[in-house]
Amino acid sequence: MSGSEPIDGEGDGALDEGHYHLRLYVAGQTAKSLAAMTNLKRFCEEHLAGHYDIEVIDLMKNPQLAAGDQILAIPTLVRRLPAPLKRIIGDLSNTEKVLVGLDIRPKADGL
Amino acid sequence: MASEPESPSETVTRKTVPALPKVATGIAGFDAITFGGLPRGRPSLVCGAAGCGKTLFATTFLVNGATRFDEPGVFMSFEERAEDLVANVASLGYDLDGLVAQGKLAIDHVRVERSEIEETGEYDLEGLFIRLGFAVDSIGAKRVVLDTIETLFAGFSDETVLRAELRRLFGWIKDRGLTAIITGERGDGQLTRQGMEEYVSDCVVLLDNRVEDQITTRRLRVVKYRGSAHGTNEYPFLIDAEGISVLPVTSADLDYSIAEGVVSTGIAGLDAMLEPGGFHRGTSILISGEAGTGKTMITSSMIDAACARGERCMAFVFEESGHQIARNARSIGLDLSRHVEAGLLRFEAARPSLYGLEMHLARMHRDIDRFAPSLVVIDPLSALRGPPVELQSTMLRMIDMLKSRGITAVFTSLREDGEIDHDSAIGVSSLMDAWIKLLNVEANGERSRTLYVIKARGMRHSNQVREFMMSKDGIALIDAYIGPAGVLTGTARVVREAEEAAAALRREQENLRRQREALRRRQSLERQIDELRANLEAVEEEEALLLSEDEMREAALASGRRDLAVRRGSTR
Repeated sequence: MSGSEPIDGEGDGALDEGHYHLRLYVAGQTAKSLAAMTNLKRFCEEHLAGHYDIEVIDLMKNPQLAAGDQILAIPTLVRRLPAPLKRIIGDLSNTEKVLVGLDIRPKADGL
Repeated sequence: MASEPESPSETVTRKTVPALPKVATGIAGFDAITFGGLPRGRPSLVCGAAGCGKTLFATTFLVNGATRFDEPGVFMSFEERAEDLVANVASLGYDLDGLVAQGKLAIDHVRVERSEIEETGEYDLEGLFIRLGFAVDSIGAKRVVLDTIETLFAGFSDETVLRAELRRLFGWIKDRGLTAIITGERGDGQLTRQGMEEYVSDCVVLLDNRVEDQITTRRLRVVKYRGSAHGTNEYPFLIDAEGISVLPVTSADLDYSIAEGVVSTGIAGLDAMLEPGGFHRGTSILISGEAGTGKTMITSSMIDAACARGERCMAFVFEESGHQIARNARSIGLDLSRHVEAGLLRFEAARPSLYGLEMHLARMHRDIDRFAPSLVVIDPLSALRGPPVELQSTMLRMIDMLKSRGITAVFTSLREDGEIDHDSAIGVSSLMDAWIKLLNVEANGERSRTLYVIKARGMRHSNQVREFMMSKDGIALIDAYIGPAGVLTGTARVVREAEEAAAALRREQENLRRQREALRRRQSLERQIDELRANLEAVEEEEALLLSEDEMREAALASGRRDLAVRRGSTR
């Protein structure tokens, strides 16, 4: 389970749930994969600093892992935690949609 | 896509290129109409409406590949979960789990849930390729099924990407040399909802499930088969406990070789009516008659005779169960259940309304191919119902099918005139080689069974109406009385026969009397002759006596004269 970190009680967003366990599936060093990785790192630093870990899985090296998380599209970002499981596909260039996908309120950093 | 050198050359120089390499599906009949199966190393499209057997077709293709052709396969399911798939085909005897355990089959369930997916930019479906590639590599698969890949259109919003990826996927399948079946749901105005036929164009098979008169008939049609000849008709196919079987039942040629030999009917009297002592082997025989004329009993006799010869028989019965027929046959001393137990006889009982005509034919076709009987009984033929045109062609193909296998076929018909449909002039009688008509004659308050041979191709046969009787010793034929008063049967015949016998006796006695009379007259004449002869003898004796007396007298006279002369001479 997630490392239950102390959280500030006043927020009502997803941050209350605490730790973000993210898994990014890529297939080799394609332009889209690289873009997704860059976008993800930037995004997490901005919104989830200290509350996340990212696992990058290269399906070219570990093809047997694709079926487990029902991966079809590449790149796919899977939000393992907090529940429910979410899949975000694409190179994560659309920040708005990534936030929706991860249930993070855009104004979170404004608070 | 780029590297497929055989595709253009194969269409241009088809004559010089040997037949397109094909992969047998192992589906009975389908390989026949496609002359070998699906194109090797290419994707084929199997499409049809919901519930028409696409998944089953594809599964059978994989299972047969794994079990019979040593070609492992990957089943990529976009709809059913692997457990459901396994459970669904278990009823057909397919042990998918076992095949998976043996490494002959891989099942990958691809679940696409739109609500769980958020699209945030550019993507491709490399994950699908990786999964498929991994599954293929893990078991060395030669066959692939994608069922139903169109589901992806519901999961991803970017149709352009999707279409490009699908095109790439099919190209990839070709490059890998995988023989694939892509299933697709029937769409409006096109074969599949998303126009998959645009991408998979080498071989397209359409499955159909039509309802006519509340009876469904499954049909299959090869819409397209690039670079290969194929049967173009709609063929009925069957899904039941024995899997899927397609039946190429349209045969146009009449050049089958005929079976030689004569088969006894098991009824001595009936055999005697036919010059060779039975029917020719491999002919079709129609036994027509109203209810209760003994059709089933006559066919039971024929079955018993065939089984007693050690031949296999198959009876398709539409109005009774096999047990019932066997029980009824016991009343005429035939033990059919003995043959059933020995494996020589099989009853296939089904209600006529259970399937459509085509399905009935298809089922018979398959069962006959499996059981390989030498005698087939269809009882009664008139139970099969359908539109006249279809009925006629079904009958024709059924008879054709039986003849081409050299199977003797016995059909019964309730229609006295041998027609199969009241409303039309279509009859099966002309298709039959022999026709026995059974008729109940009602007269003098009783009913008698009679039969006669209307026709029997290729043999001389009796033109007499015979009465027949069923007893515990079987069926016995009796010569019917045919006289000035018409055909007499039953007690009328018996009475008439008694009268005839009495008359004959009288004639015989009269004859004897005349003979005795003649003898007497002859004897009396002979006696007269004897008498006369005796008289004649007496007369002859008399005559001889008189004659000798005359001679003696003459002699005495002569000697007297001599004495006188002597005396006179001596005195001179």
